[in-house]
Amino acid sequence: MSAPEMQNIQPPVVDLEELQYARAQRRDKIAKWTLPVLMLLLAIFLWDRLVVWNEIPHYILPGPGLVIETLIEDWGMLSDALWVTLKITLMALAVAVLGGVGLAVLFTQSRYFEMAFYPFAVILQVTPVVSIAPLIFIYVDNRLAGLLLCAWIVAFFPILSNTTLGLNSTDHNLRDLYKIYGATRWQRLRYLQLPTALPYFLGGLRIAGGLALIGAVVSEYVAGTGGIGSGLAFRILEAGYRLNIPRMFAALLLIAATGVVIFTLASLLSHALLHKWHESAIKREN
Amino acid sequence: MANVDKVFNGNVEALKNLNLTVNQGDFISLLGPSGCGKSTALRLIAGLMRQTSGQIVWNGGLNEGDLGVVFQEPTLMPWATVEQNVWLPHRLRGKSLDDVRGDIMWALKMVGLENFQKSYPRELSGGMKMRVSIARALVTQPRLILMDEPFAALDEITRHKLNNDLLMLRDKLKCTVIFVTHSVFESVFLSDRIVVMAARPGRVSSEVTVDAPYPRTEEFRTSAQYAELCRKASDALHGAMNQHGERASA
Repeated sequence: MSAPEMQNIQPPVVDLEELQYARAQRRDKIAKWTLPVLMLLLAIFLWDRLVVWNEIPHYILPGPGLVIETLIEDWGMLSDALWVTLKITLMALAVAVLGGVGLAVLFTQSRYFEMAFYPFAVILQVTPVVSIAPLIFIYVDNRLAGLLLCAWIVAFFPILSNTTLGLNSTDHNLRDLYKIYGATRWQRLRYLQLPTALPYFLGGLRIAGGLALIGAVVSEYVAGTGGIGSGLAFRILEAGYRLNIPRMFAALLLIAATGVVIFTLASLLSHALLHKWHESAIKREN
Repeated sequence: MANVDKVFNGNVEALKNLNLTVNQGDFISLLGPSGCGKSTALRLIAGLMRQTSGQIVWNGGLNEGDLGVVFQEPTLMPWATVEQNVWLPHRLRGKSLDDVRGDIMWALKMVGLENFQKSYPRELSGGMKMRVSIARALVTQPRLILMDEPFAALDEITRHKLNNDLLMLRDKLKCTVIFVTHSVFESVFLSDRIVVMAARPGRVSSEVTVDAPYPRTEEFRTSAQYAELCRKASDALHGAMNQHGERASA
C-alpha cells in the first residue's frame, strides 16, 4: 500500500504515529552523516581556538592548521614512511588471513590437530607483542621479516578463532543432509562450512585489520632507530627526539587515517559479500 | 522396478524389536508421543545411524538418489538461491548446474515455485521455504521420501495447503513416503497406513489402515469417515501411551 496508490482511491488517511515514524526516520538518515562530521569539525575548531587563545607554543601543542601545513611540507618523507608502514600492515594482514583461515580449516578437519596446536595460538595471542618483539629482532636478521612477524602475531588470532567458530557453526540438519547425499569432506568444507564461516571470518578481518596496523607500529617502535628506519612510527620517534611536535601530529594523523581506511574497506567488503543473505546486513522493515 | 520391502529389526535402546515393512507406493505415517523413536527410525533408514542389531533390507538395493529427505526445518543454505539449494543433491554428485537445470525446474514446478529460482531463502515465507526443501528432496526423483515432521512448525492454513499439495505430488510421482508426525489429523489425512509407536523402549504399538481412496480433498477432511478414522487413530495412540504407563507402574 504505497502512498500514491492510496491517493488514487481516497484522500490519504493521516495516521499520526506513522507520520511521526516517517519523520523520525528522515531525521535519523540526515543525522547519521551530518552529526559525526559536525562534531569532528567542532572538535578541530575548538582545538584551533584553544591553541590561539592560550597562545600555546607550537612545540607544545601545534594547531590543526600547522599540522596540515607540516603534512604538506614533509609529504615526501611522510608518504615514504606511510608506504613502508602500509606495506607491512597489508602483508601482515594477508599472511594472517592465509594462516588464520588455513589453521582454522586444519583445526576443523582434525580435532587432534586442534587439541595439539590451539594452546600455541592462545599463548602467542595473550603474550603482549611488545614483550616478544625484542627477542624476535634478536633472532630474525631481516628487519622487514621481523616487523612482519610481529604484526602477524597480533593480527592472526581473531581470524583463526572467528573462522574456527564459523566452520563449527554449520546447521546440523544440513550436515545430515550432506551425509545422506554422500558428500565428501572437501565438498562439505567448500559448499557448507566455508560459506557458513564467511560472516564470522569477515568479523575477524575487521578486527585483524586494525590489529595488523597496531602490530606494525608497535614493532617499529620496539625496533626503534635500529630498525629499517623509515616507517611512520620511526618518524614519530625521530620527530620526538627533535621536538618536532607538528611532524609527530602529522604522522599520527596518517596512522589514524590508515586505520580508518582499513576498517572501512573491511566493512565494505563485508557488506558486498553478505548483503544478499546474512542477517547482519539486512535492514529491518519496521 | 521391484517392490521396496524393508524389514527393520533394530534392537537399540531407543528402539526395541521394531518391525516395519514398506511397499513401493505406500504412504506410511509414524505416529507416536515424543521419545518413541520415530525420528530415530527415520535416521536409521536414512543411513545417518547404524542399528545395533537387526537389519534393514532394500529390495533392489539402495542406489544413489533413491532417497529424499525433508526435515522439520526447511534446512536451506541461506547464502544460496532457491535454484542452487535445489541443485545440492546433484551438485554433491558432481553434476553441473547446466546439466541438471531441467531437473531443478521440474522439481520447482512440482512445488509451484518455478518463478522463484533466483530468490534467496530469506525472501520467502515459511511455507515457501518448506516447498523449496521438498523440491530439493524431489530433484533426484527418489523412490523413497523421508519426512520428519516437516509441517509441524507451520501455521494450520499453510499446513493444510501443503498437505493437499503433498498428496497431489505423490499421486503424480508414485513415490513411497515415510512421514513422521505427532498429529493424528495429519496422519489420517495423508497416509494409507499409520504405524502407531509407543515409547521407552520405542516399538510399534499398533497399525491403523486408512482405507479411504485417493485423491483426498478438502471434502474428505470434513467427512464423517475422516472423523471416524481420526477417532480410531487417536484411540490407538492413547493405547500406545497407556502401554507405557502400565510398564512404568509394573
